[in-house]
Amino acid sequence: MDTAIQYVLLAAAACFVLGLRLMNHPATARRGNLLSAGAMGVAVVATGVVIARHATITVTGWAVLFAGLATGSVAGLYAARSVRMTAMPQLVSLFNAVGGGAAALLAVSDLIGAHAVPVRVGVPASIDIAIGAVTFTGSLLAAGKLQGLVSGAPIVFPGARLVNVVIAALTLGSGVWLAARPDNTVALVLLVVGALAFGVTMVLPIGGADMPVVISLLNAFTGTAVAMAGFVLGQTILIIAGALVGASGAILTKLMADAMNRSIANIIIGGFGTADDAASAEG
Amino acid sequence: MSLDLLTAVTIFVLSLLVGVEVISKVPATLHTPLMSGANSIHGVVLVGAMAIAATAHDTLGYVLAFFAVAFGAMNVVGGYVVTDRMLHMFRGSRKQG
Repeated sequence: MDTAIQYVLLAAAACFVLGLRLMNHPATARRGNLLSAGAMGVAVVATGVVIARHATITVTGWAVLFAGLATGSVAGLYAARSVRMTAMPQLVSLFNAVGGGAAALLAVSDLIGAHAVPVRVGVPASIDIAIGAVTFTGSLLAAGKLQGLVSGAPIVFPGARLVNVVIAALTLGSGVWLAARPDNTVALVLLVVGALAFGVTMVLPIGGADMPVVISLLNAFTGTAVAMAGFVLGQTILIIAGALVGASGAILTKLMADAMNRSIANIIIGGFGTADDAASAEG
Repeated sequence: MSLDLLTAVTIFVLSLLVGVEVISKVPATLHTPLMSGANSIHGVVLVGAMAIAATAHDTLGYVLAFFAVAFGAMNVVGGYVVTDRMLHMFRGSRKQG
């Protein structure tokens, strides 16, 4: 029975690939999205069956599971149905943020209270938390910029570069520390805080006009984080779908940047995103 | 955790290659819907979140599991619905134009 479920999940993963393929062409795009959505529904139900059969889940666990499903689904459905057409990119960014957040939470909850975590779990867990947390705050800020909650202009303050480098170094350092000592709570907390801060400082200096490209890049980040979560939990479908989105998202980011006659490095280094005066102020 | 590391890494690398190949010459109008579609696919993190909920056994575990499941479900449901709306709009505007 468990093997049968694994085949079902494999079929779902194949449908994700086919669905994405169909979305390359205007005539078949909608069918591709529906195929992908159907596969996702099947994967969720199949996982529910596995959980019910193994019966290790507590009653509270079931309550948490259904409460989470209901809350997330209602919030997602409401937001997606009520959003104005022009506000769609920021909503995608918001959904990307929660996806990255979920991926980071998986690794966090796997490490908390664990003892003698092997390196083969510690390394992907560390990468997962770093990327997932960066994506979470980065995507929220990107959405905020597009929505006008945060100024869309590139925000650069004196010493911003230095702050950015310091936070990046802190994140990287605590990431390596956590990978080596996965049961160290201090390393875990430092990594989460550092990565959350880096998401903010990475997106702040980027102008609003470049946000779609940034959201696409963060989307590819989340894919990679999900694949790492797959390594942590030993779930093939997360590895396949995560790597698929990570790679295709990166290619798509390149295409979007090309369409705007911009290079990705140019956009990420940022600070001269929207207007010429910003560029001269920067120099 | 029945997956051995070499198999997992093999699956990861091959999936990356599939991901590179699956995007072809996409018309610029489809960039945003395609991004949104890919965004919904990584909502598969919900499957992992459900597994976390199944093994949680203390308050902190339940709280983390709740947020993971809620975030994942929001990514999945919202992602697919908003992509469908975008594609619907795209088809409508093509008919007019």
